Amino acid sequence: MAPIHSSSQQWVEKYRPKQVKDVAHQEEVVRALTNTLETGNLPHLLFYGPPGTGKTTTALAIAHQLFGPEYKSRVLELNASDDRGINVVRTKIKDFAAVAVGSGNTNSGYLCPPFKIIILDEADSMTEDAQNALRRTMETYSKVTRFCFICNYVSRIIEPLASRCAKFRFKPLVEDIMTGRILHICKEEGVHLDSDALTMLSSISEGDLRRAITYLQSAARLYGSSISSNNLISVSGIVPKEVVQSLYQACKTGQFDLAQKEVSDIIAEGHPASQIFSQLYDMVVQATDISDETKARISQRLAEADKCLIDGADEYLQLLDVASNAMRSLCNMTQECCY
Amino acid sequence: MLWVDKYRPRSLDKISVHREIANNLKNLVSEHDCPHLLFYGPSGAGKKTLIMALLKQIFGPGAEKVKVENKPWKIEAGTRTIDVELTTVSSNHHVELNPSDAGFQDRYVVQEIIKEMAKSRPIDVNGTKGFKVLVLNEVDKLSKEAQHSLRRTMEIYSGACRIILCCDSVSKVLEAVRSRCLNIRINSPSKEQIVDVLEYIAKKEGLQLPMGFTGRIAQQSNRNLRRAILCFEACKVQQYPFTDNQPAQTLDWEQYISEIASDIVNEQSPKRLYMVRGKIYELLVNCIPPEVVLKRLLFELMKKLDSELKHEVCHWAAYYEHRMRLGQKAIFHLEAFIAKFMSIYKKFLIATFG
Ligand SMILES: Nc1ncnc2c1ncn2[C@@H]1O[C@H](COP(=O)(O)OP(=O)(O)OP(=O)(O)O)[C@@H](O)[C@H]1O
Ligand SMILES: [Mg+2]
Repeated sequence: MAPIHSSSQQWVEKYRPKQVKDVAHQEEVVRALTNTLETGNLPHLLFYGPPGTGKTTTALAIAHQLFGPEYKSRVLELNASDDRGINVVRTKIKDFAAVAVGSGNTNSGYLCPPFKIIILDEADSMTEDAQNALRRTMETYSKVTRFCFICNYVSRIIEPLASRCAKFRFKPLVEDIMTGRILHICKEEGVHLDSDALTMLSSISEGDLRRAITYLQSAARLYGSSISSNNLISVSGIVPKEVVQSLYQACKTGQFDLAQKEVSDIIAEGHPASQIFSQLYDMVVQATDISDETKARISQRLAEADKCLIDGADEYLQLLDVASNAMRSLCNMTQECCY
Repeated sequence: MLWVDKYRPRSLDKISVHREIANNLKNLVSEHDCPHLLFYGPSGAGKKTLIMALLKQIFGPGAEKVKVENKPWKIEAGTRTIDVELTTVSSNHHVELNPSDAGFQDRYVVQEIIKEMAKSRPIDVNGTKGFKVLVLNEVDKLSKEAQHSLRRTMEIYSGACRIILCCDSVSKVLEAVRSRCLNIRINSPSKEQIVDVLEYIAKKEGLQLPMGFTGRIAQQSNRNLRRAILCFEACKVQQYPFTDNQPAQTLDWEQYISEIASDIVNEQSPKRLYMVRGKIYELLVNCIPPEVVLKRLLFELMKKLDSELKHEVCHWAAYYEHRMRLGQKAIFHLEAFIAKFMSIYKKFLIATFG
């Protein structure tokens, strides 16, 4: 059987900040929340931003700091794994909100503010109906309950709810903050990263600190305590520059079969088409030897194909279409379909 | 036993194609622990083999004693009870399932199983608590709700269970889910690697190989190892000793699609379209997935085209495949693609030959 050693705990969880002030890079949020910690006054909250930027961490930290030992009775955490249909909103949330709280000292003698918090994590996945059902609840119990919505895309939250909240955007972590956090973990865990590797780690994780930490722990497990940037590339499985480069070159030749071969190879190597799109996009936009019009044509089709992928379209066909379109644009072939 | 199963490597040490990945995985679990993992790569590349070998590496031979169960689940979801029937493959240490089989109720199934696993957490001799592994196949087919519901669960239950996700197309997995796993890309084996595997099998089976025979099979398999081995065995059944120019067996349905492609190129008319529709139906009722039909048809048509037309045809293939995803009935979109092709091709013929 496999025991879990305390030493092999997941670093992401081990280094999850317990206090709001330790959340890195989200100064605005931290400042506003530290304020409420002092005054005990909290608006409804809406946290949004990309994965791994500290949203859940912050929400849990503030709840723990406000309520300490009373956490269980004062905080209701519902995430996408809980059923959050209309019925639940109408019953569970209402029941929780309706029970009044005494202010001041509680059983445990912990001084906490006179309200409860309902954390709705991963609110992206709540239906509009359920969100609508929440509007009333929010108003009715606004004296004693605060809501905290968390999501990746703020557009998934209906306007009437969003407008009732103080909104906080969680930014992707910038390089030096990220390296700061990473170095801290390296020191605690006795891992050594050279400066190349450090830069590499922040660039491949694209502002997602959780991803950076996962890469770091995996690399440490695989390659021991001294990690190079090559080690990181191999754990992260990013698409090497050369792959996208050679697709681009094939498009420039104007020979369809060459491009088709590149596309087949990319798919057989298992590279995600979405990743190829974003790297191809960077390459096209930065290219100095093609006209703005060409860039625009290629980018437009890239955007359409990206949307198609999200709808679940086939990666091979979309990539092939993008390549064929890029080829026609780069080689000044006719754009419109002629037949 | 089929050769694909007979010669499936059972441990990480025996894996020959993804040597480096296998070595890395071995180190990764050296302390009997691993992060959540996401394996992605084309089908037939060997993801499943790696996962099984990995489980064996973590848990020892116990992971191979699996039982297949088809049991009904009763799941309490708020006010109602949901009944789903699902096939699981499980050992004492892991449970494996295709949650997308549960259709739009996949979310409940995934949650229920994880909670159950967390409850029955194994305890070892030292009294320390171990973990179980949940293998979820085809996560790219999992509904968005189900994927969302994995997010917090993966964090909360990270002590009691590890999740191994497996999919063909990682673009369809939520960014937030990918961020919670170590992503491992499994590439299709190269032609040379496939030849090596086939030759190894031939040696074990004591077969005589004519020159270039395995090369032809590998070429035709399109870097899909499973297919290559199946095809190799089919050839053996059909004729042994092998002859010098024995063709590599093509699959029936591929042969059929190649005929359809000829039908379309030979005549473009409503009558022909009607005839082809019957053939497409035939494929669909035999459970060939519609996107596979479309891609194969494109492949066959491309072989017959001028490069001038290829751009246009591949564009429409992408266009109609996308529409097919959004729609309900695949046949409409397949037929629309064929009609579009006929019209393009006819105009091209008229423009070229008058
Ligand atoms: N700003 C931050 N400061 C410190 N650690 C962070 C920060 N952001 C993320 N982390 C690290 O990443 C892990 C995941 O963060 P968290 O759960 O808050 O992400 P999230 O924003 O809720 O992401 P998701 O949208 O995927 O749910 C934490 O355990 C922590 O180790
Ligand atoms: Mg979160």
